[in-house]
Amino acid sequence: MDNVEKDFEPVFVGFFCNWCTATASDVAGTSRMQYPVNVRPIRTMCSSSVDPLYVLRALLGGADGVMIGGCTPGDCHYVSGNLKERRRIVVLKTILNTLDLEDKRIWLRWISAAEGRKYANTMIEITGKLKAMGHNPIKDYWSI
Amino acid sequence: MAKSVALEIGEEGLREALNGLLKKLLAMGVVDALLVPLKVPAGNSVVQALVTQVDMLKDAYPLAPVMPVNSARIISSMTRLSSSEKKIGVVIRPCELRALVELVKLKQASTQNMLLIGIDCFGTMSVNEYDKFAQEHIPSTAGFLKLIGENSIVREACQVCEYFSPLTADITIGLIGMDLSKEILILANTAEGEEVLQALGMEGEADSGVSSRRDEAISQLSAEREKKRDEFFERTNAQVYGLEKLLTTLSLCIGCHNCRDVCPMCYCKECFIDSPTFEWGADKYLEWATKKGALRMPTDTLLFHLTRLQHMVTSCVGCGMCQEACPNDLPVFGLFRMVGSKVQKVFDYVPGRSVEDELPLVIYKERELEWLTNY
Repeated sequence: MDNVEKDFEPVFVGFFCNWCTATASDVAGTSRMQYPVNVRPIRTMCSSSVDPLYVLRALLGGADGVMIGGCTPGDCHYVSGNLKERRRIVVLKTILNTLDLEDKRIWLRWISAAEGRKYANTMIEITGKLKAMGHNPIKDYWSI
Repeated sequence: MAKSVALEIGEEGLREALNGLLKKLLAMGVVDALLVPLKVPAGNSVVQALVTQVDMLKDAYPLAPVMPVNSARIISSMTRLSSSEKKIGVVIRPCELRALVELVKLKQASTQNMLLIGIDCFGTMSVNEYDKFAQEHIPSTAGFLKLIGENSIVREACQVCEYFSPLTADITIGLIGMDLSKEILILANTAEGEEVLQALGMEGEADSGVSSRRDEAISQLSAEREKKRDEFFERTNAQVYGLEKLLTTLSLCIGCHNCRDVCPMCYCKECFIDSPTFEWGADKYLEWATKKGALRMPTDTLLFHLTRLQHMVTSCVGCGMCQEACPNDLPVFGLFRMVGSKVQKVFDYVPGRSVEDELPLVIYKERELEWLTNY
């Protein structure tokens, strides 16, 4: 593929819920699972504490992608935070999509605390997809 | 079923007939005060005023085609802390009413002890335009409305508005499809509205022909407006679709945040954007600048607009006050209205349709939007 940037190592921000995805990342680590190091993890107390503003901030600040990791529906430590976050992310993606601003650089994933393998696979998947997408075009503009 | 009564327009004209009704409301104590557009004593401007004395209503211009501030903001600031024991009548345009409904749901306003008198809206002009116009002559209200119908002198937001008739008023002043020199319709949509009409001695049902004439005119105008709206979205899309175009459009933004300050849905006491989260030391700016070689100052133009969209666009009623406040005439109204219509469609939500419809970002369903996390 010609349009794949050579030697491009994407960087993406991961907002991980303390009760699930952040723990899953520990499981992946302590189980010595191999996955790419392109993620910059940030632990949050709940996926719903990630105001989409932070997602925008990361993307406009030059991150190539953002992933939000929350608990499987029904398992939220705070009952329904993950389901509220889902609606917010749909709003965010709809806004970006309407303006052709690459909403596909945002992922919301449910990864429970025990799913170290799923966590590692998700990191592999997102890194691969971002490599194929190329760098975030917002980086090309200083006037944003 | 709404009760509708015909109000005959005498020799004195539409404004006097309506003012007569408002005077009666206040004089008979049906309401203790009225929030209604009045012409100011110094100047030609017509502004919202809280009126407690009947004789002040001689300067009332309830249908003047100008909306300096979205009244939902005014009512919010009046009632956010507490509503009054006294009854306040509010003469309100459809977009203001829809914004008010949203603010009630957001617990930023109360309509307790309020009589909502919605008017069929023919659109409003920019404050400046109206003032220029009024300096030359203030024609009769009916004359004004005729002029509006014939020329595109109302704001763009109004030209593409399909909610020109109030959705949730107690009483509706029905003007659309009426011969404004002969008679208009007064509709009572709630039990309270009916009581008020009774108290005013407005009995007897309007001729069904008159009511259906209004209904027909409304559906015809709706269709016209929807067409205009879609054409407008196409024009807006051409201006903002894609990073390059969006940045070109936003390159004129000076970061004054006026669009936020006048927006009825931006009710936060302290906007996140103004919070300490966005305060940085010089080294942080230098770090950012170093990444790209240069950094636009002030920073975060795109972030501001996208964040504002995220925070209020589910409730955007398309009043277009943002457009009025923009010093550089950025197409912010088009941007917000177009994105809003997309987002609102996802949740089948019409802002201001009803206080019963829950805000999309407050509720959730366990099984929905599963495409987002399925892969």
